[in-house]
Amino acid sequence: MRKRLLNAWRLGLKELMSLWNDKVLLIMIVWAFSGGIYSAATATSQELHNAPIAIVDEDRSVLSGRIADAFYGLYFRLPDMITEARGDAGLDAGLYTFVMVIPPDFERDVLAGVQPSIQVNIDAMRVSQAFIGAGYIQNIVLGEVGEFVQHRRSEAASPITLAPTVMFNPNMTSSWFGSVMEIINNVTMLSVILTGAALIREREHGTLEHLLVMPLGAFEIMLAKVWSMALVVWIAVGLSLYFVVGRVLDVPIAGSIPLFMAGTLVQLLATTSLGIFIGTLSRNMPQLGLMMILVVLPLQLLSGGMTPRESMPEVVQNIMLFAPTTHFVSLAQAVLYRGAGLDVVWPSLLAMAGIALAFFGASLLMFRRSIAAQG
Amino acid sequence: MTETVARLAGVGLRYGNTVALDDITLDIPAGCMAGLIGPDGVGKSSLLALVAGVRVIQQGGVETLGGDMRDRRHRSAVCPRIAYMPQGLGRNLYMTLSVFENVDFFGRLFGQATRERETRIAELLDSTGLAAFRDRPAGKLSGGMKQKLGLCCALIHDPDLLILDEPTTGVDPLSRRQFWQLIDRIRARRPDMSVLVSSAYMGEAAGFDWLAAMDDGRVLATGTPAELLARTGAKDLDAAFIELLPLAKRQGHEALVVPPRVAQADGPAIVAEGLTMRFGDFTAVDHVDFEIGRGEIFGFLGSNGCGKTTTMKMLTGLLPPSEGRALLFGHVVDGGDMDTRKRVGFMTQAFSLYGELSVRQNLVLHAQLFHLPAAGIAARVDEMVGRFGLAEYLDTQAAGLPLGIRQRLSLAVAVIHKPDMLILDEPTSGVDPVARDGFWRLLIELSRKDGVTIFVSTHFMNEGERCDRISLMHAGRVLASDTPAALIARRGAASLEEAFIAYLEEATGDGAAPGPEAPPPATAAPTPPAARPAAFSRRRLLAYARREWLEVLRDPVRLTFALLGSVILVLILGYGISMDVEDLKFAVLDRDDTPESRAYIENMAGSRYFIEQPPLISVEELDRRMRAGELSVALEIPPEFGRRLRSGRAVEIGVWVDGAMPFRAETTLGYVQGLHADFLQQAAVREGLPATAHPAKLDMRYRYNQDFRSVFAMVPAVIPLLLTFIPAILMAVGVVREKELGSITNLYATPVTRLEFLIGKQLPYIAVSMVSFYGLVALAVFVFEVPLKGSLLSLSLGALIFVTATTGLGLLMSSFARTQIAALAATAVVTMLATVTFSGLTHPVSSLEGVGRTIGTFFPATYFLNISRGLFTKALEMRDLYADFLALLAFVPVLTLLSVWLLKKQER
Repeated sequence: MRKRLLNAWRLGLKELMSLWNDKVLLIMIVWAFSGGIYSAATATSQELHNAPIAIVDEDRSVLSGRIADAFYGLYFRLPDMITEARGDAGLDAGLYTFVMVIPPDFERDVLAGVQPSIQVNIDAMRVSQAFIGAGYIQNIVLGEVGEFVQHRRSEAASPITLAPTVMFNPNMTSSWFGSVMEIINNVTMLSVILTGAALIREREHGTLEHLLVMPLGAFEIMLAKVWSMALVVWIAVGLSLYFVVGRVLDVPIAGSIPLFMAGTLVQLLATTSLGIFIGTLSRNMPQLGLMMILVVLPLQLLSGGMTPRESMPEVVQNIMLFAPTTHFVSLAQAVLYRGAGLDVVWPSLLAMAGIALAFFGASLLMFRRSIAAQG
Repeated sequence: MTETVARLAGVGLRYGNTVALDDITLDIPAGCMAGLIGPDGVGKSSLLALVAGVRVIQQGGVETLGGDMRDRRHRSAVCPRIAYMPQGLGRNLYMTLSVFENVDFFGRLFGQATRERETRIAELLDSTGLAAFRDRPAGKLSGGMKQKLGLCCALIHDPDLLILDEPTTGVDPLSRRQFWQLIDRIRARRPDMSVLVSSAYMGEAAGFDWLAAMDDGRVLATGTPAELLARTGAKDLDAAFIELLPLAKRQGHEALVVPPRVAQADGPAIVAEGLTMRFGDFTAVDHVDFEIGRGEIFGFLGSNGCGKTTTMKMLTGLLPPSEGRALLFGHVVDGGDMDTRKRVGFMTQAFSLYGELSVRQNLVLHAQLFHLPAAGIAARVDEMVGRFGLAEYLDTQAAGLPLGIRQRLSLAVAVIHKPDMLILDEPTSGVDPVARDGFWRLLIELSRKDGVTIFVSTHFMNEGERCDRISLMHAGRVLASDTPAALIARRGAASLEEAFIAYLEEATGDGAAPGPEAPPPATAAPTPPAARPAAFSRRRLLAYARREWLEVLRDPVRLTFALLGSVILVLILGYGISMDVEDLKFAVLDRDDTPESRAYIENMAGSRYFIEQPPLISVEELDRRMRAGELSVALEIPPEFGRRLRSGRAVEIGVWVDGAMPFRAETTLGYVQGLHADFLQQAAVREGLPATAHPAKLDMRYRYNQDFRSVFAMVPAVIPLLLTFIPAILMAVGVVREKELGSITNLYATPVTRLEFLIGKQLPYIAVSMVSFYGLVALAVFVFEVPLKGSLLSLSLGALIFVTATTGLGLLMSSFARTQIAALAATAVVTMLATVTFSGLTHPVSSLEGVGRTIGTFFPATYFLNISRGLFTKALEMRDLYADFLALLAFVPVLTLLSVWLLKKQER
C-alpha cells in the first residue's frame, strides 16, 4: 500500500508539472479565483440596487415633486421623468423595471382625504427586482405622503412596530454573498475540468497505455490526478479567500476558516472524482467539454448558491441532496456567514464525505473498467 | 538542370533557442525529383515548410517559383501551383471523412467545378489503387494507404511543385515501393512537375535525381546520388552520408556486427499459443504461435495494421486475448500482475512520454515509479543519459525534441529499471541511420551482455537482418518465421526486403498495386493554373462548411450532446431555478402566549411564504437554530403583547432574518412587513381600533407575468443562456482541434483565406445551434407552457444572429487557445460568468455597475435575452426591439474580423 501511495504521490507531482507548463490553463485558474471572484462579487446585486425607474408625473404638484425627489439613487436609479406613452414603450423595451404614474390632482385628493391611487407598473419578468422594489416603492411613497400630510393633519401612528434585525449580514451587502458563492462555483467547475482534462490528455497522447504497462494500478493513476488537482484548487481557494474576499472585498468572515477549508477538501475529493468519471465517459476533449457543462451547470445553479433551495420543486431539492455542492453551499454559508462550528455543520460534512467516497469509488470502478476495455 | 524551382539565400530559422536552419543558401533544380536527405531534426521539414510558404520566414530570402515568398501577394498567387504534404501519416487528412470526401474537399478548395473534380478524383483514385476504398473513412486506412490518399489530395490541382515531407516514413516496404512507383508514373505524365522530397531512408534516395544532404541545420553536400557516392568513395548512400558528416559526429561509428547468440538453457522467455484477438467481427490477430528464448532478439516484420501492435499488447497484458494464451517466463500474462510488469520494459509505437516534462523529469519519474532505490536514481539517470546521448537535451521538454531523440528517450525510459525483457513496437521508425545503428548497438549489448530478451517490431529490413530470428506478419497471420538468412534462402531472394515482398505478394494474392504497369492515363487537359485565386471564393468557404458538417455528423456523441444536452439543461434549469422566495422556515419565541400573539403567529403561518417550525424557548436556541440555517426568520413577541395591543400602547416585535443570502433576506423582510400590516388591519377591524389608513394608495400592476411565476421569466432567459455555452464551446474546440491534429496545415498550404476558413467552419455550428434553438422553443411552449406571444419569425431571426455571434465568440476564443483543454476552459469561464451574472438573467444590466456593467453591455447574450423575453412574454414586435437587434448584429462583424485578425495564415 505504501508503494502505491508513493506512486500516486509521484504521478501527482508529474500532473503538477504538466499543469505548470500549460500557461493558458494556469492563467485561467488565477483569473477565476481573483478577477473572476472580484467582478462577480461587486457587480451582481441580488438585492435591490440601481433599479431602473421612470415617473409619469401628471400632477406636477409640490407633493409629486417630493415623491420624485425621494428616489435619489442607491436602491433606484435617478428616475426618468417621462410621458405616459413612453412608459409602456420603456417597459416593453426593458428600459425600466418600474414606471410610476402619479395621477392628476393627486396632491389635492390626498389633502381632501379621498385616498387617491398611484399606479405602479412593474415588469414582473424581473422577478426578484420586481417584488423587492415594489415594497421599497410602497415605503418611500407612503413615507413621503405621510410626511407631507403631517404638516397639515396629525395622524395616529400604529403602536405596534417591527424591529427587524438582519443577522450575519446587517446591511445585506451582496458582495459578501456573491464572492463566496463564486468561489464555490469555481471550485466545482475547475476541479472537474482539470481532472477530466488531465485524464483525456493522457488518453489522447497515449500515455495512459504507457502507465498501464508499468507496475501501476488504476487506483494510483486516479488518486494521483485527484490529489494534485484538488491541491491546486484548494490552494487557490485559500489564497482567494484570504486576499480577494478578505482583503480586497473586505468581507468579514464570521466563522472558522480552517473548518471551511476542511469542507472544501472534502468537496474537492467529490468533484475531482466526478471529473475522472466524466473523463472516463468521454472519448475526447469536445465530448468532455459538453459533458462538463451538462454536469457543472446544474451543480452550480441548483445547489442553493444562486437561488434559495426551498423555492425549488420538491423533486429537484431531493435530487440535489445527492450533489456534494448542495451540502458544500450550506456548509459554506453556515461557517462563513453565520459563524457556525463543527457542532452545527457536521451533518453537511458527513453527507459530503459520504458522497465524496461514493463518487471516488464509482469513478474508480468506471475507470478500471474503461482501461480494461481499451485496445 | 539549369532551372531552379526554389532558391534559398542565407535562410535562418530558430524555435526559441533551438536553431533549426543555419544560414542556408541552396538552389533546388526544377523539373526533377529533388531530395533532402538526413536524419530527423536536422531542419528538413522546416526548409520544406519555408519553400511551401507555410511557415513565416525569419531570416534570409526564399524564392519559390520565381517570386519572393515574403510577399503575401506572390504567396497567394503561387499557392495553387504548389502542393504540400506534411510529415506524419495523413496529418492533413480528415479521419472521419471517406477517401472520396477527403480528395473532394481539396478539389473544392482549389476551386474546381463538380465535373472537373469528379473526373480528376476518379482518375487519381484509380491510379493509386484507392478506388476500391472510395467510401472508407481515412482513419481506417493503413499507413501506406493514408499516404497515397495524401498524395491524391496533393495532386488534385495539378501542382507545378510537389513538396512531400517524409512521405514514406512508417510505411511498410510493399506500400513504399508502390508509392514510389506511383510518383514515377505521375512524373512520366507530367514531366515538368518538380518534386521536392525529404527522406530519412537512404535506400530510396538513391533513385532521386538530385540530393541535398543535411545535418544540424546546414547543407553538407549537393549533387546527384552518383556524384555523392563518387565524392565520398562509399558504396551506398548510407555510408556516403556518414562519410559526409563532420568528423566529430562520425567518430566511433563503425559497421555493426552482431555477435552470435549463446543459447541459454532455462526455458523460453515468451511463448504465444494460438494467440487470437477479435474486435467485433474483425480478427486482428489470428492464431499466432511463437517461442522466444532468453536473451534472443526476435523481430516482428509486417506492414502497418497487420496486427503487430495488437500482438504486443496481448503480451503485455494490456489486452486480454480472445483466444489462446501468452506466457512470460513461464507465467500466463495477467494484466494485474505487478511483478511481471517490473521485469518487462515496453516501448509503444506512438511516442508516449510526457511531452510537457523535460528529459530529466521523464527519466526520474519512471525510475521512481519502478521504485528504484532513491539513492541510485541519479546515477541510473546519468548512466542512461550518457548511454543514449541525451546530455544536451537534459532540460528540454520532450515534446520539443526531434523524433529520433524522442525515440531514444523512450528506450531509455523503457530500460531504466533494468528489465529482463524488452518489448519494442517499431522503436526506430523515423530515426536516422547513425542513430539507428547506435540504437541497435544498445539492443545488442542488452541482449548479449545482460541477457535481456528483446521482442522488436520494425519495418526496416536491415534491422530485420540483425535479429536472431524474425516473423513476417500480414493481416493478422504469421507468413513465415525463421532466421533471416534461412528466409532469404527459402525464397531464393537477393535480400530480406525482396523475400518479404515476395511473401507479401503471395499472401495478398496479386502482384503490387492494381495496374502498376498500366499506361499512365491520358492527360485530362490540365486547366492552366489560374493567374491568382480570388480574394474571396464562395466555393472554398462552402468546401470548409461541407467538410465540417460531415465531421459533425460523423461524431454522433458530439451531436447528441449538442442537441439533447440543451434539452436536458433547459428542463433542469427551467424547473430548478426559481427566483420565487417561498416555503421559508420560521419559528417564534412567544413570550406572551395570549390569543393575540397566537393570532399573530397564525397570520404568518397561514401565508404561503412561510412554514412554521417548532417554537423557540430561548434566545440561545434562536441563535443556534439561525446559525445552523434551520430557520430563515425568527420572531420574538414580547411579554404583554396582547395587553398592549388592546390598549394601543407601543410594542415592538423582534424579527431576525438570515442575511446570508441577501436577496432572500430582502424578500423575506418584505413578506414579514406585509403580513404585519395585514395583521394590524385585521386587528383594527376586529377590535374597533383606530384604523391606520394611509392618505394614498399604491396600485401595483405586475405586467407580463401576473402570477409572478418564475418559470415565465426563467425559461425565455434560459434559452439565450444555453445558446451561448454550447455553440461557443463547440466552435472553439472545432478550430483548436485542427490546430492540435495538424489539419490546420490546409489553411496554410491551400488558397483558402482566413475569412473563408472561419466562416466555413462556423456555418455548420450555426445550423446545429438553430436546430437546438427550435427544440428549446418547442420545450418552452409545450412543456413549460410559456406562450410565445410575439412572432416566431422575429425570434428565429434574433436567434440566428445570436448564435452567429456566440459561435463567433467561440472562434475568438479558439484563436487564443492552442490546446483543446485551454479552449474549453477559457470559453467556459468567459461565457458562464458573463451569461449567468452580467447579461440580465436575474438582474437587468442597467442595474449593474462597474466591470460587470461593461461586460454586460458588450456581451451579446444581454441583447438576445431582451429579445427573447420581449417576444415570449411581452408580445413585442420587431420594431419595438430594433435597437437590440442592431446591437446584436453589430457583434457579428466585430467578432469575425477580430478572429480573422488573430488567426495566422502562416505557421510561426
